[in-house]
Amino acid sequence: MQHLDGNAVAGQLADYFSFDVTAATARCNGCGSIAEFARAMVYRSGAGTVVRCGSCDQVLATIVEAGDRAWIGFSGVSAIEVRRG
Amino acid sequence: MSFITRGFSGRSRERDERLPPGQTLVHDFPVLSAGPTPEVDTAEWEFSIVTETGGEHRWNWDEFMALEIEEIETDIHCVTHWSKLGTRWRGVSLDTLFEDVETQYDFVMAHSYGGYTTNVPLDELLDGKAWIAFEFDGEPLDPEHGGPARLIVPHLYFWKSAKWVRGLVMQGEDEPGFWEQNGYHLHGDPWKEERYW
Repeated sequence: MQHLDGNAVAGQLADYFSFDVTAATARCNGCGSIAEFARAMVYRSGAGTVVRCGSCDQVLATIVEAGDRAWIGFSGVSAIEVRRG
Repeated sequence: MSFITRGFSGRSRERDERLPPGQTLVHDFPVLSAGPTPEVDTAEWEFSIVTETGGEHRWNWDEFMALEIEEIETDIHCVTHWSKLGTRWRGVSLDTLFEDVETQYDFVMAHSYGGYTTNVPLDELLDGKAWIAFEFDGEPLDPEHGGPARLIVPHLYFWKSAKWVRGLVMQGEDEPGFWEQNGYHLHGDPWKEERYW
């Protein structure tokens, strides 16, 4: 099967990434628990924001902001469930 | 007639040569953490160095404290733009800890209680460039500052100086640690402003 380049998902991802992520549900890679981001534990420091699983403490996501650049990592999440429509 | 001399006002604008670019001097000690503060009792504390053969060099607190202890006075530079000059620590040099360690690998991943990791090339930990410190300013290191013991690598941004350090694992490649995977620079030299990717 032939593959397309990343531009092919631009529209699809733009649709999904314009929502309130805290309402989305994520599965923790550490303990497998599935919960809304709003239930996670957030640690803020000057270096960045770290979102940890409410059940097992593992890092789910990170946000690093520096001027006009930002890095959003979902290293501890296997998938995010977004409600359509 | 001005009573503020040129010398006085001029000095206040002069940049301290010990400050790397983009840094501001602070006198307090800001706390930066990526999670809850681990409470590690020295009775349970262990530090290890693991090599590519699986060889493990391990010290408990008493064994660690029996090693040669050095006094360190150094400037520290945080990537969040603060620097602190002339900080005083006591700790064990990584040269001492690596004395009997045989490895062909050139890179190190530091691991902490609580799960934090950070990567440093081995040659930047040796020759008097890094320590495992257990005392700051004459007092045992507070848990919030990384106690009972933390890595200090003062010539790199301070996120490399892993708090609550529990071990070093030798690596064949310079793989990124926690912050390095999430936007921060693989190396982190403050004089080159290696802050982000």
